[in-house]
Parts: sequence; C-alpha cells; structure tokens
Amino acid sequence: MSSIAQKKGFGATIWDFMTTVDHKKIAILYLISGGIFFLIGGLEAMLIRVQLAKAGNDFLSAGTYNEIITMHGTTMIFLAAMPILLAFMNAIMPLQIGARDVAFPFLNSLGFWLFFFGGIFLNLSWFMGGAPDAGWTNYASLALASEGKGIDFYSLGLTISGFGTLIAGINFLVTIINMRAPGMTYMRMPLFTWTTFVASALILLAFPPLTVGLFFMVFDRMFDANFFAVEMGGNTIIWEHLFWIFGHPEVYILILPAFGIFSEIFAIFSRKRLFGYTALVFATILIGFYGFMVWAHHMFTVGLGPTANAVFALATMIIAVPTGIKIFNWLLTIWGGNISFSVPMIYAVAFIPSFVAGGVTGVMQAIAPLDYQLHDSYFIVAHFHYVIVGGVVLAILAGTHLYWPKMFGTMLSEKLGKWTFWFFFIGFHLTFFIQHFLGLMGMPRRVYTFGADQGWDLFNAISSVGALFMAIGVIILLVNVVLTSIKNERVGNDPWGDGRTLEWAIASPPPFYNFAQTPLVRGLDSVWIEKMDGNKKGMIFAEPLGDIHMPNGSIIPFVISLGMFIASFGALYFLDGDKPWALAVLIIGLGITFGSMLLRSLKDDLGFHITKAELLEDAKGGNTDGH
Amino acid sequence: MAHDTHIHVRSQAEFEYTKKKRAEEMRGHLATFAIMIFLTLIAFTMVTAGFSAYLIVPIVLLLAAIQVVLQLYYFMHMSGKGHGMVAFFMFCGMFVAFITILALVTIVWW
Repeated sequence: MSSIAQKKGFGATIWDFMTTVDHKKIAILYLISGGIFFLIGGLEAMLIRVQLAKAGNDFLSAGTYNEIITMHGTTMIFLAAMPILLAFMNAIMPLQIGARDVAFPFLNSLGFWLFFFGGIFLNLSWFMGGAPDAGWTNYASLALASEGKGIDFYSLGLTISGFGTLIAGINFLVTIINMRAPGMTYMRMPLFTWTTFVASALILLAFPPLTVGLFFMVFDRMFDANFFAVEMGGNTIIWEHLFWIFGHPEVYILILPAFGIFSEIFAIFSRKRLFGYTALVFATILIGFYGFMVWAHHMFTVGLGPTANAVFALATMIIAVPTGIKIFNWLLTIWGGNISFSVPMIYAVAFIPSFVAGGVTGVMQAIAPLDYQLHDSYFIVAHFHYVIVGGVVLAILAGTHLYWPKMFGTMLSEKLGKWTFWFFFIGFHLTFFIQHFLGLMGMPRRVYTFGADQGWDLFNAISSVGALFMAIGVIILLVNVVLTSIKNERVGNDPWGDGRTLEWAIASPPPFYNFAQTPLVRGLDSVWIEKMDGNKKGMIFAEPLGDIHMPNGSIIPFVISLGMFIASFGALYFLDGDKPWALAVLIIGLGITFGSMLLRSLKDDLGFHITKAELLEDAKGGNTDGH
Repeated sequence: MAHDTHIHVRSQAEFEYTKKKRAEEMRGHLATFAIMIFLTLIAFTMVTAGFSAYLIVPIVLLLAAIQVVLQLYYFMHMSGKGHGMVAFFMFCGMFVAFITILALVTIVWW
C-alpha cells in the first residue's frame, strides 16, 4: 500500500480506495475499518474492567455501564471480528483458488460500504443521545422498555451492516463454486477456502432470521406493532429464538474461518501436509450444519420444558465430536513435522489449549441442569471469551502476521510479534480464567458494581490487570505495524519459505489482476507439489498469456450505502413529531440509494482490457497497481 | 471484443438433435402447465366445496409444494446441467429452515 501511496497524492489514494472493486484493496479497507472498530471495542472493554477493578467503584454510572457492555459486544462481534475475517477471506481466498477476483467485484465493494456505514451509524449513537443499552442480545422486553434512541440505532445500524455481510457471503459462495482454477476440485481446495465456503453458507442461512427479528423490533419500537409486547398478546420469547437462530450460527461464522487460518498455519510451519484433510473438511461441514440445530441452548432457563432442553442439550454435545476431530488432526499435523516457531505458529499452538478450555466449558453448559446454575453468571462470560478470544482473536492476530506480507508486501517484526503474543496471551488467561471462579462464586453478568462484602474484590482486580496486559499487547502490535510500514522492506512471493497454496506463488502484494495466466492445479497444496517437482515458479499454467478483462472501479457502491446511511437518520427521527425535516431526510436518502441503483442498471460498464503487451511489461517488473 | 467471437456452423445432425431436444422440452412445458392448472383447480374446488379447514389446509400446502417443484424443474431449468450446486444449496436451505421452523413452532406454541 505504501509504495502506491507515495506515487499518488493523498486525495488520489483515498479516491482510489473509495472507488475500488479490487478484492485486495477491499480486504485492506475491511482490515483497517475492522481494526479501528476492534480498538473502539477494546477501549470499551478497558472501561468495563476499570469500573470492575474494585468494589463499589463509581467510575461509570449504571446506565453508561449498560451502554458500554452493549456496544462492546455488538462492536466486537459485528464490526470487528467479522470484518477482519472478511478481510482475510477477501485478500486470500481468491488467490487460493487461482481466481482473478471475486465473482461480483461491484457487490464486494457494496458489501464493504454497507458494513462500514452501518458501523458508523451504530457508533454515532454515542454522540446522538445515548448508545443501545439492552446488551448485545437486545432481549425484547428490555429493549422495548429502553428509553431514548439507542435501540433504534442498534436495529437500523445492524440491518444495514447485515445487508453488507449477506452480500459478502453470497459473493464468496458464488466465487468458490464458479471461479476455481482448472484442476482445483472441491477436495483440493485449501482449508481456509473450505472454511470460507462453509462460513459463507452459514451467513446466507443465518442472517435472514436476524433481519426478520430486527424488522419486528423496528416495528415494535416505532409503530407499536406488538410482536414482542406481552401485554398486547405478543411473545417476547420469539425475539430470543430469532436472535439465537441467527446468533449461534454467527459464532460459527466467526470460528470456522479462524479454524481455516490455523489449518493453513499448522501445515506451513510444520512443513507437512495437513493430517486428515478429508476429515477436516467434513468436520467443517458438520459443524456448520449442527450450528443450526442448537440455538435453544442459550435459552435453557427460559422454561422450554424438559423435552426441548434435553434435545438441544444432546445436539449441543454432539458438536464436540467434529471439533474434537479437528483438534486431533491439527495435533497430528504438528506431530513429526519440521516445526518452526514463527509468530503465527506460536499463536496456533497457543490456540489449541485455550480453545479446548472454552470448548470444555461449553459442554459443561450444554448440561441443562448445570446451566441453571451457570446461566447469566461470570462463568458464561469466561466461556465465550475463551472461545472468541482464545479462538477467533488469536486467529485474527495469527492471520495478521501470516498474511501481512501477502497483503502489504512487508514482514511484521518477529521480535515485536512475540512481545505482542506473550502480553496478549498471558493477559487473556489472566483476565478470563479467573472469571470462571467468579461465576461459580455467584457473580452475575452485566452488573455494574459489586459490594466489598461479597468476596469478589481480589479476583476482579486480577482480571482487570489481565485486561491491561492485553491492551499492551495490542499497542505493541500497532507499533509493529507502524515500524514495519516505515521500514518498508519488500519481500518476495513466499516470505515464509514454506508456502503450500497458490497465494504464495504470486507477488506480495499481488498485481491488481492477480494471475497473469490462470494456474493449473495438480493436487492439494499445489505450490508445494510444484516446488517438490523442482518448479521454482510454484505453478504451471492452464492458458497462454492473453488479454485480461477487468472491471472498472466505481463510486456507486459508496453512494448507495451513503443513501442508506442518510435514510436511517430520517427513519430514526421521523416519528418524533417535532422534526418535520426527518421525512424529507428519509426520502432523500432512499432517493440517493435507488437513484444510484438505477444508474448502475442503465449505464453499461463493460470494464477494460489489459493487453498482453502490458502484462509482458509487468512481468519485467513494471507497475503493479494498474494506473 | 472481436477476437473473442466464435462463429460456429452447426452440422445438419446437430441441428436435428437440437430441434428434437427443443420439441421434447416444449412438450414438457405444456404438460407441466396443464398439470399446474389442474392442481390449482383442485385447490379452488376444495375451498368452494366447503370441506373442513383441517383437510383443506394441508392438501393446499402439499399442492403448493408440488407446484414449486414443477416450476423449478420445468420452467426454471433446474434439471439442466450445472445446477447441482444450486439444487444442493436450495435443499439444504429448505431442510434447515424446515427443521428450524418446526422446532421453533413446537417449543413456542405447543
């Protein structure tokens, strides 16, 4: 990125990123905005830990504390973890299957901008009369009673950013089904591509229930529709069902790509083919499938009755089987490998015990009678942070180190990377391990303070110290990014030296058209096969060099999303009565959106061609950014 | 682009083959169309005849499902080549949605 930025002015670079339809640049956009939201969510986490550091603290008021826990959860799940994973999917998956771009580059850009504006909208609530305060699960009775506009920010913001995620998911599905290079059969796809595929299928099937739920919520709050209002004959439990029918697959949408990243890391840094590739693929599919069959385990204490609880408890425990298969396959991949403990590998090795700990507490909670004890206690908080931080966030940090050279063409410092790892890893266990015991000692979730006589002081103080460690780790990572960008030492195709899949057979960062010639894939780990056959290039080609058809960039996705963003403000205020301009804002916003969609439909944009001569020029080491 | 254009001259045999295929397809379309009209007639007749709602509702839903399948396979070409993945995703989606809705309805309203 930096080499391009130096050649072009600042404004031109911004414009380039606003109009880009290139999957690699969209990946950078996802990474930067997801990273910023990750920092905001992290800041909120720090505030929570400061407030809970000692008994009877008055650092935050009860109301503000509710807003902060809500925004911490919502931001981390929807605006940080998922977009950063989408960044890796965007940057790497098309390269892994030997494609020039995703199937719908325009939609890819639209998906990003919808997510981005949805996230901005949600976070503007802080400055416009108060953030949502009913928890990230936004349970209906509590949400309907919430005063102010917080909950409306939540429902509208998540609707918009949910559209974006849905679009991204469909795009990846079509890409993986249709755009694999010749010879890349399904059972030769790298595991990160497989997990992207299954996670995208989950996005496709899981987001509609959330949209339905949010739609009901908007209507209940704005038009008194009474879907969830018990006193009017509605049913408040329906929200919980809809939310968790989405919410449980959602956590698998997060963890499956994380599994994919770790699978790549284990194979690369053990210098071995993945042990039990087929089993890993089918375990991924099974986890995806079971993900839809277990949502009610979040609701054991609602009173569904013993039959429903028993069925969902059993279904939940079954998920431990494919997950166990994965864990053992990873261990056997490492076993007997020629291991190098680079930063990504350290994260991967640390991930196994951390995630297993989270998984085991998950099975404990699947036992419905025990869950009556654990429900809404800090034990739950400890559990889901063990799977999300110990699984997803470690994968994000590992992936950042692993794919940084592929995305930006420079290597993050190994030394600082190890510092980040140790601070973050120790901090993580310090913060959350002890919360299991706080939970068992009876400390409930979502309380803004506790009394000095309850005996929770010491453990909470330790937990807060751990959070500080994690913050230091993240700050070191930021320093690492800055130093690496300033040094700007360019690296070659395969900076780790042991790349196995197609993304490592192409320049870092890849030219904007990816592969000058579509590669021919001869088996699983195709680059490794070629290298073992003495082919230094790492790939053979399926076609002669020829002209390449490329899509034009477009500002329209940005404008469509901006229209939705403006319209949301209209929707937010137009029932207030004292704001006559709100309806106009709503109409103008929707007008911008539909107008730009119309423009896109009517205006033929046939893209452009890169000629063979230009490709030959590039191959000699010419420009790689396409301008 | 001009160099992408291929002019393919069809042989007589190819022409005959395509023509036969198309005729078969057309017959399929007409037959399906007739069946669909017939199914619709059954549905309407049942309602006008005034049977019990407990009989009508499941039968009408069943007829609707048959119509959807006919529509997909005969008019939207799902039987054609290269639609395997589409069919797979649709049936997976339907299966997941069916189980989810069944479980939801059972535990909420039973």
